[in-house]
Amino acid sequence: MPNLTVKEAMENLRCRKLSAEELAGECIKRVKETEGKIEALNTFCEEGALRSAKQADKAFAQGKDFPLLGIPGIIKDNMCTKGLSSTCSSKILCNFSPPYDATVVEKLKGHGYALIGKANMDEFAMGSSTENSAFKKTKNPWDLSRIPGGSSGGSAAAVAAGQALFALGSDTGGSIRQPASYCGVVGLKPTYGVVSRYGLVAFASSLDQIGPLANTVEDAAIVLNAICGHDERDSTSVHMQYPDYTEKLKDGVKGLKIGVPKEYFGEGLDADVKEAIQNAMKAYEDMGAIVEETTLPTFDYALSAYYIISSAEAASNLSRYDGVKYGYRAKDYKDIVDMYYKTRTEGFGAEVKRRIMFGNYVLSSGYYDAYYLKALKVRTLIKRDFDRLFEAYDVILSPTAPAPAFRFGEKSDPMQMYLTDIYTVPVNIAGLPGISLPCSLNAGGLPIGLQLIAKPFDEQNLLKTAYAFERSAGLILEPSLKGGDAK
Amino acid sequence: MGVSKEEVKKVAALSRLYIAENEMDAFAADLGAVVEHAQKLNELDTSDVQPTAHILPVKNVFREDKIKPSMDRELITENAPEKDGGCYIVPRVVE
Repeated sequence: MPNLTVKEAMENLRCRKLSAEELAGECIKRVKETEGKIEALNTFCEEGALRSAKQADKAFAQGKDFPLLGIPGIIKDNMCTKGLSSTCSSKILCNFSPPYDATVVEKLKGHGYALIGKANMDEFAMGSSTENSAFKKTKNPWDLSRIPGGSSGGSAAAVAAGQALFALGSDTGGSIRQPASYCGVVGLKPTYGVVSRYGLVAFASSLDQIGPLANTVEDAAIVLNAICGHDERDSTSVHMQYPDYTEKLKDGVKGLKIGVPKEYFGEGLDADVKEAIQNAMKAYEDMGAIVEETTLPTFDYALSAYYIISSAEAASNLSRYDGVKYGYRAKDYKDIVDMYYKTRTEGFGAEVKRRIMFGNYVLSSGYYDAYYLKALKVRTLIKRDFDRLFEAYDVILSPTAPAPAFRFGEKSDPMQMYLTDIYTVPVNIAGLPGISLPCSLNAGGLPIGLQLIAKPFDEQNLLKTAYAFERSAGLILEPSLKGGDAK
Repeated sequence: MGVSKEEVKKVAALSRLYIAENEMDAFAADLGAVVEHAQKLNELDTSDVQPTAHILPVKNVFREDKIKPSMDRELITENAPEKDGGCYIVPRVVE
């Protein structure tokens, strides 16, 4: 059976077809049935969810109403939830319980949602498979021998498996879109600045964005409405009139100009993915859109620029983990400097160490101009490339990832792993909104994702374009929860 | 190109990380591969290009200089590995 959507649940709650307590109970039951197989959660909030759900039922009875009232959701473990473990799947924060809620969590609490749990992730959001978690490996519900993607792998797997009706993830180089693609769900990265980063543990401050993962485009739009908005506690959040993101969903795509950069169809693209995307292009044409091949000349340079910029920012942001004020502190040390070294060496995983070191390398004297400054200039060129594309097109279309979900241990070489993000990173570099939605299943039954990219602050065009395909494709998505060692 | 063992030691120190002797080669190889890939950026002429550190045209975001209550100190220091009297305890810093 396909998963219940937020939209359907909202309707069922209001016409009393089921209570919030029953709804939370369904999700809790689902967690208990699936968690042994997929291990999506670092923390499971069974009692808290039921408590919130009961409060939601009381609120409904009192005539209160918010869109996400009583709706079960899951939050990625790099977002602060007051009094509740927030580890970033790192040993260095294994004992950390934040004294405050992230803005997005405050907003969801304001709606009266039910928190099912905190999702597993790649440590400090650094990774593309969730294999870099210090605690557990999340499995892809479509094939348990495969990764769910990363770094929001737990969020994507949990939604695909029906553990909650939506989840929040974070996206710095594709970390919402790529796992959404591998797990057959919708994943949206809003324009940089649309969702407050206050309370999101920082990885790369100029690239990070929080966004929803859900079963449908409409659900993603409903959640975006709840979490977007200016926040004076995030100086990079944007002051503007925020629209209702569900408003223009059904406007259709007649006359819409869709550009498909040829660089996305280079060597390394899986044949099944290529075919699926070409079918999607045809579907858009059938709906009255104008689909054209175009070019993004700086495409090849985005990945390097991304790794330089994000690692440099990460090296700076992760300097705070020193064992002094919170988090893990090493046990035996001879002096304060030794304490810093031991705490960080014992607390961080290998990938985090690699990125911090690479970040410091590109920022260090003698290399700063050649790498960091150069990458910032390339960023300008990439932004210009997209600006030029958006003069001619309303939306850009591409595959989300070069291939469907790979197997555990398959990308043991860091560079190989980085290449799985090749289609998503340009979007973060340019600060644009991007969405991945299920395109089709390959011959082996693995989900293939379609990526759409729009102009800054043009989520409405993005969402309506995604919605149109979703309706026309009419995919029924039911992960098997088989494969690997599970029976 | 590549990254030498000396360079790994140097960035490890900047990062406050101990790298064991038997891990050196692996880190050098991994870092070297990313540095190698980064050389690609030299194919682009950026001589007349301004760097973009921040993608939004947002500058000087200030708040009004009004005193507001801070977070409760007990709450803030709750996660401290070692604390006393509202202070964090660490090994002696000054000789």
